[in-house]
Amino acid sequence: MSRYLLPLGVFIVLVVFLALGLSLDPHEVPSPLVGKPAPAFERPQLHQPELKFSPAEMRGKVWLLNVWASWCVSCRQEHPLLVELAEAKVLPIYGLDYKDQRGDALKWLHDFGDPYTMSISDSDGRVGIDYGVYGVPETYLIDKAGTIRYKQIGPITREALNDKILPMVKELQLQNL
Amino acid sequence: MTNPANNQVLSAFIRVHPRLLLLFVFFAFMSAASLAKEAVPMAADEQVEQRLISISEEMRCLVCQNESLAGSHAELAEDLRREIREQIKQGKSNEDIMTFMVSRYGDFVRYRPPLKATTLLLWFGPGLLLVIGIVVLLIYLRRRNARLVEVNLTPDEQHKVDLLLKGTTDSAKVKS
Repeated sequence: MSRYLLPLGVFIVLVVFLALGLSLDPHEVPSPLVGKPAPAFERPQLHQPELKFSPAEMRGKVWLLNVWASWCVSCRQEHPLLVELAEAKVLPIYGLDYKDQRGDALKWLHDFGDPYTMSISDSDGRVGIDYGVYGVPETYLIDKAGTIRYKQIGPITREALNDKILPMVKELQLQNL
Repeated sequence: MTNPANNQVLSAFIRVHPRLLLLFVFFAFMSAASLAKEAVPMAADEQVEQRLISISEEMRCLVCQNESLAGSHAELAEDLRREIREQIKQGKSNEDIMTFMVSRYGDFVRYRPPLKATTLLLWFGPGLLLVIGIVVLLIYLRRRNARLVEVNLTPDEQHKVDLLLKGTTDSAKVKS
């Protein structure tokens, strides 16, 4: 009997490793920015390019920074969820329009609905680089002190929203600066 | 899409003005020739490009993860190369640029992971497996050696063994 135990043990260890490997998504690269201050920037607003926006204005609020683009297919997938979240008025959602044409972006918001309190143009993608964006959509949850608390890579799913984001938002909103 | 009327006009034109047509063809080639320029170097400063390549070969493109930043055609890779190029021109050191990238994209961006507590297994795991393998092999060989017992044969048995061995080699010869 015991001579079968060793191969069986090795087999089980192998299966566990392979199962773990299969369940992990190599495209989800954990962001080193979680727990760090959200990088500062100053960029023109999408609707009123003569006005600028800076994340410093958001101090004292828990908010979402959603990176999107009119050319991004997965953004359409998550969009209804964002619209729903905006209608529930849980927290302000700011959009970072990443590497996009202003006209296309405005048309996109007009066609699909605008969940954003404000959208900011990042036409050359530099803010994206500072935030470690490597695929759109990506979403950052930022607390009252301006610290990034969570990063959603890829479209926000209902599970991610209900299980991770909303509970964190509730908790963070109770915190005092 | 083809318009028969247009085709008729065209063929009539070719019939009437063969020389004019040649002239058209000639000018078409002329304009194409004037459009084609010599390959423009990516940047005026070749040293900057050399450093850009040596740095970006050490980095992973996050979009196509099995490509280096130097070789990737992803738009993000182009943006990041632009960023690195600018930082080189600003006189930043290679370490500065690596820190810039790692602070945004994490250690995953490096093709050579740093030696840290979380990467110990990655660095020493293969060596550890090799040592385990050698130890297991040695233990196995020792146990087997211990189990092997010298057997003394009687002359009769020895003769049988020789016959059998001879038979196998013979049969092997027949087969081959």
